[in-house]
Amino acid sequence: MPDEVIDCRGQRCPLPVIAAARRMPEVPVGTVVRVLADDPAAAVDIPAWCRMRGQEFLGSVDGPDGPAYDVRRTH
Amino acid sequence: MSASPVYLDAATAAPTHPVARQALLAALDDGWADPGKLYTQARRARQLLDAAREATALTLGVRADEVSFTPSGTTAAHGAVLGGLAGRRRVGSTLVHSAIEHSAVLHAAERHVGAGGTATEVPVDRLGRLDLTAWSTAVRAPGVALAALITASHEVGTVQPVAEAAAACADAGVPLYVDAAQSVGRVPLPAGWSVLTASAHKWGGPPGVGVLAVRKGTRWESPWPADERESGRTPGVVNLPAVVAAAASLRAAAADAAAEATRLAALVDRVRERVAAEVPDVEVVGDPVLRLPHLVTFSCLYVDGEALLHALDRRGFAVSSGSSCTSSTLRPSHVLEAMGVLSHGNVRVSLHRETTEADVERFLTELPGIVAGLRAEAGVVGL
Repeated sequence: MPDEVIDCRGQRCPLPVIAAARRMPEVPVGTVVRVLADDPAAAVDIPAWCRMRGQEFLGSVDGPDGPAYDVRRTH
Repeated sequence: MSASPVYLDAATAAPTHPVARQALLAALDDGWADPGKLYTQARRARQLLDAAREATALTLGVRADEVSFTPSGTTAAHGAVLGGLAGRRRVGSTLVHSAIEHSAVLHAAERHVGAGGTATEVPVDRLGRLDLTAWSTAVRAPGVALAALITASHEVGTVQPVAEAAAACADAGVPLYVDAAQSVGRVPLPAGWSVLTASAHKWGGPPGVGVLAVRKGTRWESPWPADERESGRTPGVVNLPAVVAAAASLRAAAADAAAEATRLAALVDRVRERVAAEVPDVEVVGDPVLRLPHLVTFSCLYVDGEALLHALDRRGFAVSSGSSCTSSTLRPSHVLEAMGVLSHGNVRVSLHRETTEADVERFLTELPGIVAGLRAEAGVVGL
């Protein structure tokens, strides 16, 4: 389960990626942040951002709140 | 002060080749009659059409009667897919295609699936290159009627392993259709295909002319209502002046292709190196070596693709983008998605015979400041 959730529903890319990038330095290493984002580009761009920034992409889930993407801060 | 325009979107449409313009004007005077009729004016039109077909066939390395001219590259692609499937419906109803085909091919595939057929999509790697193992498995499955592979990605430039893919098709007895829109008139064509399509405005011909080549012995059946023109492969009278211009400019483009490929590939190398070095947080995508000579794509982290296109346009640069905010469907490019690379802040730069070193230099000089300005506006500097 995620440690916290960022709600980016209704936001177009790159805004969900920017929200994740802003939050990541504020949480302790090891924290799992879930990004709720219904823009289809988030499915591509959140994993790509994790790869470029060396953060861990844990996967996507499609729950009652719509598509969600889990990222663990690794450094 | 407005900047002088620099057009960098040849992969969408190349500027009209001067040979195309000359041929078009001459053919408007000489080639307006219906080439199918039996009077003097029609015979003259028929001669022009025959000559255009022979010249095009020569460049493609096929027989003249294997070439048909269609009303667009899209129509050619639709005909290639649906006709290839129709011709082999007794064998099966599966279309195998790569994940990075042009939307014209994918829309034809959707039509096929909507009519009860099936489609198998074969993935690509991070560089946009076909997964040959998955392709070979897919084409060997029972009931495959046709396989479709783009010769090189129109969005990221990665050249596909067509010869190997064709060998797998040949082993399985499956005909291969190649969408060669970005290759014809620029690079040598691969061997081993049964059906090929191209589009004249990609090589400097006029818009509204497609090419559909069907090799002898291919079981291809027109998906359109019957019409005797163009060997029965595409209905309606051809736009003869445009066809004549397309063929003349193809011959001219093909004659210069090797020298132009060398010149443009060096400019693309420069774009790849300088963008990666001088724009922070950028991902230059596609294969750096096995690629088209004239096309390069990159994505800028945290930048809105539409804002970037507008900012470049204000500075006089015309480029294309695969970002979702620039598409009518608001979905990211299926090609970038299939590769798993960043899709926002995406720019495709594609060069042509009029592109100068100074054009590319000006683009490279201005781009870092434009991207930095957009990031500052969005408040994302230092993220």
